[in-house]
Amino acid sequence: MEIPLSCYLVLSGILFVCGVLGFLIKRNIITIFMSIELMLNGVNLSFVAFAAQWHALSGQVFVFFVMVVAAAEAAVGLAIIIAVYRTRETLNVDRVNLLKL
Amino acid sequence: MTPNPYLWLVPILPLAGAAINGFFGRRSSKKAITAVALVFCGLAFFLALVIAAGFSSSSAPYYFNLAHWIRAGSFSVDFEFYLDQLSLVMLLVVTGVGFLIHIYSVGYMWDDDGYYRFMAYMNLFMFFMLTLVLAKNYLVMFIGWEGVGLASYLLIGFWFTKDSAAAAGKKAFIVNRIGDFGFLIALFLMIKHFGSLDFTHVFTAVQSLPTETAGVGILTAIGLLLMVGAAGKSAQIPLYVWLPDAMEGPTPVSALIHAATMVTAGVYMVARSSAIFDRAPTAMMVVAIIGTLTALFAATIGIAQTDIKKVLAYSTVSQLGYMFMACGVGAFSAGIFHLMTHAFFKGLLFLAAGSVIHGIGGEQDMRKMGGLRVYMPWTFMTMGIATLAITGIPPFAGFWSKDEILWRAFGASWVYWLIGVVTAFITSFYMFRLMYMTFGGEYRGAVAQKAMVHKADAHGHDDHGHDDHGHGEPHESPWVMLGPLVILAVLSVVGGFVGYGNRFEHFLAPVFQGAGAVAREGAREAGDSTIEYLLMAVSVSVAGLGWLLAYLLYSRLPQLPARIAASLGGLYRAVANKYYIDELYAVLFVKPLIEGSTTILWHDVDQGVIDASVNESAHAAREVSDSLRHMQSGNLRSYAGWVAAGGAVAIAYMVWMGVR
Amino acid sequence: MFHLILFLFFGAICVAGAVNLLVQSHPINSALSLIAVMASLAAEYLLLGAEFVAAVQVIVYAGAVMVLFVITIMLLNAGAEERTKGSRVAILIGVPGVTIGGVLVAWTLLYRSNTRAVPIGALKGDPSDIARLLFHQFLLPFEVTSVLILIAIMGAVVLASRPEAVARGPRKDG
Repeated sequence: MEIPLSCYLVLSGILFVCGVLGFLIKRNIITIFMSIELMLNGVNLSFVAFAAQWHALSGQVFVFFVMVVAAAEAAVGLAIIIAVYRTRETLNVDRVNLLKL
Repeated sequence: MTPNPYLWLVPILPLAGAAINGFFGRRSSKKAITAVALVFCGLAFFLALVIAAGFSSSSAPYYFNLAHWIRAGSFSVDFEFYLDQLSLVMLLVVTGVGFLIHIYSVGYMWDDDGYYRFMAYMNLFMFFMLTLVLAKNYLVMFIGWEGVGLASYLLIGFWFTKDSAAAAGKKAFIVNRIGDFGFLIALFLMIKHFGSLDFTHVFTAVQSLPTETAGVGILTAIGLLLMVGAAGKSAQIPLYVWLPDAMEGPTPVSALIHAATMVTAGVYMVARSSAIFDRAPTAMMVVAIIGTLTALFAATIGIAQTDIKKVLAYSTVSQLGYMFMACGVGAFSAGIFHLMTHAFFKGLLFLAAGSVIHGIGGEQDMRKMGGLRVYMPWTFMTMGIATLAITGIPPFAGFWSKDEILWRAFGASWVYWLIGVVTAFITSFYMFRLMYMTFGGEYRGAVAQKAMVHKADAHGHDDHGHDDHGHGEPHESPWVMLGPLVILAVLSVVGGFVGYGNRFEHFLAPVFQGAGAVAREGAREAGDSTIEYLLMAVSVSVAGLGWLLAYLLYSRLPQLPARIAASLGGLYRAVANKYYIDELYAVLFVKPLIEGSTTILWHDVDQGVIDASVNESAHAAREVSDSLRHMQSGNLRSYAGWVAAGGAVAIAYMVWMGVR
Repeated sequence: MFHLILFLFFGAICVAGAVNLLVQSHPINSALSLIAVMASLAAEYLLLGAEFVAAVQVIVYAGAVMVLFVITIMLLNAGAEERTKGSRVAILIGVPGVTIGGVLVAWTLLYRSNTRAVPIGALKGDPSDIARLLFHQFLLPFEVTSVLILIAIMGAVVLASRPEAVARGPRKDG
């Protein structure tokens, strides 16, 4: 009952690409954030897959750390979004372009 | 060669005087300026006398190496000074006549505002001229050559607020430069073929080469190019046009630079290069032809001039032509002899003319002069002596030197001799014309005296503040000006006896032995002295004829010249307008150059290429940054897009590298 | 066989959820599909034998992070996305770029990598084994991460609070 590892890796790649596409296409800042989480999940999957191949448990530990950091980043990021929403009254990322030259 | 440690002092002393007067003169008193200028110049003259006294032909030539200059591989040039018989003659003439003219200038320029500047420039000129004369190699001579050109420019344009003076200075310098270009090419050829510019090296190397009779070859090229330089500096055809304009400068300048010393630098240089010319007969022939033609040409122009200084200017050009004629037929010592006597009487003529101009309040037009022998007896007498000298009437100085030249020219070709004699006739005519118009008859300036006040202002500084003198009467000059006149007059009388019995030639023989001149002069001694006396008689009688004609036309029948001029019509007008040569040059050279510079070099190259490239590169930088600005849109998604694209490129590259 | 069927089943849910995230216009729908993705990912981890990681994935990611997202969406009353003038660059350059990158990676993984086949439950990730690693080899990252979380908490509180609340300081009652 074995399947080639590349199956898992391709799935991981698909998730990652979907994450990037979401980042490029979507206009709502929260949705963009969720695409970032999607990207991170895709990467996690490839970590676990390689840990399974090389029989190295540290791959799974690394996933653990990635999750923790992603959680912290999500918390802070959402707080920033709330702060931005308070001043700019919009969640549309195209409206938040004060850095334009 | 023996070293002489005092050689370098002779040029340096006037330089020190120039520096002191130049830097401190503005705030010094006129007495201090005069003292500095005269002391340093006088010291140079005194030192020259000392050196001359200690000169002995057996230990000549002397040299002194002051400092290293160029060391480039096998080529080296140092600041070296050199004294042989030729340099000694030039040294004494330059310092002696120069010192006398300095004394004269004290009186002439006393009331000028730029007095300190004038004295500084005169000393500077002495420095450069002495450097030129005492140089041991062509490069140090070139320093002096350029320097006297600079000093000439500064002094011609001394009254620089006058447009004509500034333009004349510019013209002199530019025409000089054209000659200098030829000189420089000759120097480069010398470096290439002889590997050195030192006189002894070059002349020894030249003497080992065969004579170039075919008219082509390196020595002919060098000789012709040197002649180009000499033509520029010594005002020969076709580069003589600056000398008449140079009369815009103060009269002492005309006397010193454009009569006695600077314009003779070309003759000195040709004489110094006698070894080269001896091996290039074509070049020597060209020198002789140019000299002869210039002598005749300038003399004809001098007949019709009305400005007293212009007559003397063309006379200078003509006499320089004689000197080049002499060098061109191999009589280098005769040319130098005439150089010396010419310095005396031409210097005297100019100084006396300055005295006349000073005495009648700035007027230079001879038609407004006349009868001045009553008012200015000393000036009249000294100028008369000089006129007798220049026309070649024995026993004055000019007779000996001019006759020597004519005799040697006859030995080369009777054509040279004939033209020389005709020129002598014309010279005598216009010089005595000058004398009669200036000193003879009645003073014609009495009518124009009311206009003298206005004329003085219009002439600017030609008249120097004669407010306390009565404007009406012409008057004699002060003794500070007359003294040098008298001394030069004495020299014009006795100066010719130096050459009596060929002593001068024998003295200079060691210098020209490389030129085979001694051989030719030896051949002359064996020749007929009857022909020599016959030719002498011809030239004296020709001078007398000229005097007679001038007497008839300007003393006896003063209405005749105008009638002759009117009947000659166009021919007279051409001569009076200097054959329109200046206008021809303007059309042929000046105008196209200015047009070319403006349209091509200024508009197309300077503005179109250089300015444009700078402006365009700035513009391009602006354009690039303008387009790159759009990357900073503040839009999050475009940033993400760029990141994604860059990441794709990176991945593609890695895949490609891995696949390869 | 069994392994493959399970893998494909949960993999399909993942991909469907991801695509749905892209397609939906209301963020709450995208959040819910993301939850579905995470849950099926947890199942994939289990298929590979990573029990602890699967549990943590459900608890932390699906249970805490996504809840945070949903709360924020509700707090900010985010509505359906409106059409605004986007960035041409993102569409024209980014999308083709990422697709090309993805295709290249997939191609590399499929044909050029030296991966082996893995059985079901390949590496048993016991909590005790992971804990042993965590407190021996990875002690420093572990501690640093905890400090990081602390900072994140403080930062989030400050950033999200109302400005005058921060300026006023803690209220002086009880």
